[in-house]
Amino acid sequence: MAREDTYLQIRGHLDGLSDEQLEARFWELAQQVVDPLVELARTHTSPSIERSVLMRMGVDSPTCMAVVGACGKRGLLGHGAGHILLHCSTTWGCPAPEAARRLAAGEGWDVVAQKWGGAA
Amino acid sequence: MSDMAPRPAGGAMPPLDPDEKIDIAALLEGIADYRPRRKGWHWREQVPDQKLHKFVYKETSKGLKNSIPLPAAHYFRDIDPQPDCVVTSEIASGRFEDDIRRMRMAAWHGADHIMVIRTAGQSHMAGLLEGTPEGVGGIAVTRKQVRATRKALDLIEDEVGRPINFHSYVSGVAGPEMAVMFAEEGVNGAHQDPQYNVLYRNINMYRSFVDAAVAKHVMASVRMAQIDGAHNANATAVEAWNVMPELLVQHAINSAYSVSVGMPKDDICLSTVPPDAAPAPCMRMDLPYAVALRDLFGEYKMRAQENTRYMEADGRDATVSHVMNLVISRLTSADIQSTITPDEGRNVPWHYNNVAAVNTAKQSLVGMDGLREMVKLDREAPEFKAKVREIKERAVLFLEAMLREGGYFAAVEEAYFVDSGIYPETHDDGIGRKSDGGVAAGSIVARAADYLAPVCHHFGENHLPEGYGGVAGEGGAAGADAARKPCDLIGGCTLCDAEKVPFIDELDPEDNVNVRLAQTAELREKGLIKPEVQWAADGWVVVTMFLPAAPRVAEFAALEFGKAMNLQGCEVINKQVMHPAEGTLIELKGRLDVVVDPATLTIPPEPVVMSDAEIKAFVTENKVKCVAATVGEDEHSVGMREIIDIKHGGLEKWGFACEYLGTSVPVEKVLDAAIEHAAQIVLISTIISHGDMHRDNMEKLADLAVEKGVRDKLLLISGGTQVTDELARSWGMDAGFGRGAKGIGVASFVVKTMRERGM
Repeated sequence: MAREDTYLQIRGHLDGLSDEQLEARFWELAQQVVDPLVELARTHTSPSIERSVLMRMGVDSPTCMAVVGACGKRGLLGHGAGHILLHCSTTWGCPAPEAARRLAAGEGWDVVAQKWGGAA
Repeated sequence: MSDMAPRPAGGAMPPLDPDEKIDIAALLEGIADYRPRRKGWHWREQVPDQKLHKFVYKETSKGLKNSIPLPAAHYFRDIDPQPDCVVTSEIASGRFEDDIRRMRMAAWHGADHIMVIRTAGQSHMAGLLEGTPEGVGGIAVTRKQVRATRKALDLIEDEVGRPINFHSYVSGVAGPEMAVMFAEEGVNGAHQDPQYNVLYRNINMYRSFVDAAVAKHVMASVRMAQIDGAHNANATAVEAWNVMPELLVQHAINSAYSVSVGMPKDDICLSTVPPDAAPAPCMRMDLPYAVALRDLFGEYKMRAQENTRYMEADGRDATVSHVMNLVISRLTSADIQSTITPDEGRNVPWHYNNVAAVNTAKQSLVGMDGLREMVKLDREAPEFKAKVREIKERAVLFLEAMLREGGYFAAVEEAYFVDSGIYPETHDDGIGRKSDGGVAAGSIVARAADYLAPVCHHFGENHLPEGYGGVAGEGGAAGADAARKPCDLIGGCTLCDAEKVPFIDELDPEDNVNVRLAQTAELREKGLIKPEVQWAADGWVVVTMFLPAAPRVAEFAALEFGKAMNLQGCEVINKQVMHPAEGTLIELKGRLDVVVDPATLTIPPEPVVMSDAEIKAFVTENKVKCVAATVGEDEHSVGMREIIDIKHGGLEKWGFACEYLGTSVPVEKVLDAAIEHAAQIVLISTIISHGDMHRDNMEKLADLAVEKGVRDKLLLISGGTQVTDELARSWGMDAGFGRGAKGIGVASFVVKTMRERGM
């Protein structure tokens, strides 16, 4: 809804603030806006975040897509795709990129299902 | 800056040779093994009170080993002072192999921040692209293109002698992946601002912020500089000057969010644009905003961007706007001075316009060097003081209202942002987004109690086993002093061990650099020349013409002229009315499908310049005398003074006896004086060339000399801005000297010719 400029009517409470106080208030408010966003990010993940974890584990991008896609379908992303990959590579005794290739090819999901449930 | 050990092999190339083109095919050899030699941002090394030629500079940095100075530098011993701030050039042709050549040109003119724009639509693509597909309005940002570009920039920075920052975008629905790839590949800076995703790319707001935290944290791990996206509000809002309070809010949200997820303030750059342009009284409107911003964000870096909101097709108009923006940079501050090409209002920027923009910045910044010591902003001026305070208060009111509304997400749903009313006024034209809507809505997932990411520099809850840890914000039980890094769980991650970074070459057999290079291979192999503006052999040229016709008629007439010039695909890219009836200035682009083989050209040799000692000895021994004058009805004397005066490095310097007769001298009088003084040299200056006056005077002088029987005793030399050696010789002179001629060239010619002729 369009609104007239009410600046002069609503600025009264800022009038008594020095420039420094006004600037401090600006940053205080900005931090209040940001805090819940940071908390959301701290406690959530996403397909892109999980792909970025697999990348850091040495997995190439098409394989990251396939493995994270498969984890998502099985409802497992909340455990961390990197966690799942770590579990498989430890179980199979192979490097993470190799374990990712097997998972991307649809192999070995039974190992995952045994630990976390979901489809094998 | 976190340095990595230099890595041998990896397709190492010899240093670039300034006289050779960069070899793209060689650049791509061994690219799979190439690794960045440096990570993190580079700020210029400041040199306080730098002395160059006869000047002392207050705001300059270390100079370059190889560079091309400003056009007037030849008056000042070719100095090329480099301003204190980093200077950006944005490149967006869609073919990285051609962009690389442009980067080299821009670097030689003073750019040390190369910003590569992404192809249209990449921000909505999940995952990373690979290979070297051609992009639209930017490149597909892939590992191979990024790596090849970084490799090229490593060579180019060695050639110019200053580190070059490479920059692209960490946004869209693959932000964290892009951040990891950039960190691995030595990209030095990136745009990262979740608000940009939300407002301009309609990517779901929860997803954007969740992704951004991880992306920013990874960027921070290699000290990548971050640039925010607030300036887009200027470029989008209907009345850009009214978004100032909102801009402060957007900057604050991204800055506070970045700091909260672990990014050092030193690496956070605010993308700020003076919002207005003339004919608005723009500087009076923009300066209070620039000051309010710097007051509030003193701990952060300023990336001063130039205004594009009101940019039209006229390059002159754009350049003047940019210079006014640069005045604001100099009167306030800029850590990074961005540049917009003067042709951005009419096409995807062309090679030489990147250079033009860099030079606009360099020229303005150097020209205003130290100005702040003499010109101070009057912070107590009533209008100025009131405006600065008002903008800050309006921003505080904006933040208060957001919190009352329920926070950031609620405010975006209520279309608080990019409203063209000056807050608290609203015009109800802001951009509203739904929290459960947009691209990738519903894609974030709560981290479970056993969430684990066995890699380094991961933001957020991370339930690492006992004894493994990271720094604050990375989860783990033990904190920074934990015995083992998170990636010890997997024997190292790619951010700790570059050997683990995988590489994919090409996925598309048709759309790749090899296919594109093959199309122009013949030209390169045979060294043929074809005009280009952005891609090798694209053929585009621009013709400027004045047509004595009304604008619409002129436009269509210009297309006919283009056809007559054998140009294909003609298009009028700018027209400016000189007068509704008297005429129109037209800039016409067209493709010229013609190649020139330099082997077929007859190029006269460049004049040979002799040593001072050699010239002096000859002149003394032969008592060389010259008579000089500006001939005809012509009052110009500066050019001749440059050639003869000792203080300009002219002929007198080597002992020539020079008799200067003045201006507007008839040629008869010049010749009589030469005979009277027994001079061997006659120098005439002919600046005015209309009605072929310069030609007439030269021919008359030569004919008279023959008539009087002295032609073989004299060297007849003419000079002037419209004179060329070829023309002068064809009109009876022994030599002609044009624009840029110097005494040393004339002296060398005289000595050489007198020797040859035994004079």
